[in-house]
Amino acid sequence: MATRRLAFVIRSLPYKTEASRLALTHAIASQTVEIYLEDGDLVEPVVCFIGDGVMNCLKNQQAMKNYGLTSIEQHMKNSLLLDLKVLICKEDLDKFGIKEDALIMDAEDIGGETKAQIVPYSEIQKEMEAVDHLQFF
Amino acid sequence: MGKLTIGCFSSLVGSLSLDFAVKLSEAAVKKGHSVDFWVSSNATMLSKKGQRAFKDYSALAKTLQELFATGKFQATACEACAEARGYGKEDTMEGWKRHSMDWYLASTFSADRVLLIGGD
Repeated sequence: MATRRLAFVIRSLPYKTEASRLALTHAIASQTVEIYLEDGDLVEPVVCFIGDGVMNCLKNQQAMKNYGLTSIEQHMKNSLLLDLKVLICKEDLDKFGIKEDALIMDAEDIGGETKAQIVPYSEIQKEMEAVDHLQFF
Repeated sequence: MGKLTIGCFSSLVGSLSLDFAVKLSEAAVKKGHSVDFWVSSNATMLSKKGQRAFKDYSALAKTLQELFATGKFQATACEACAEARGYGKEDTMEGWKRHSMDWYLASTFSADRVLLIGGD
């Protein structure tokens, strides 16, 4: 029995490319990975938003209305519903003047209990050093 | 010898990231390593059969066939990404698998190194 931890570090803006959506959908896919692994083995993702990537965490996204697409907001909420660890860089939020009340911090409306965490970059750095594999999107 | 899991999301034509990822796979296999190769998003184009090689555009089908023949290289395309782009199972090049994203995550479990190349 073992657990491999994977970091999905998102630096890309939402909707400009597919990158941030792919990062979230790949992280969410960890929920069904067991079908390929031995009993008890797990892949545990942590999702980190840094730089321009913090824009993905803004509330009230209108992707369905404007593009007919599921929003990054919905993927964020699904991540929290599935208890994925979601970290958002505090310094980058400050740089853009984004306050916590503008962010998707939980998925309570769909029954989620886990909350996103706003943390200093040093915490994200620690997480990146602690995981088995690191991926930048 | 080790195992590499390489993910790539960039398109076959329009970016050289796939070329680099396939070249890296080739170098790793030649050194005796095994490679799991995952394509998602626009990179699923790489798995489409019937590609015609022109000198002005990336053409990797022949290299891929040689890699498959080594037995140390397996490549999988994201099924949903391919279907969304109109590539059905019948359009897929011989040797390729098609799965959902959990295949990639499962491959990382036993990988010595995971490289995401062209995450854009």
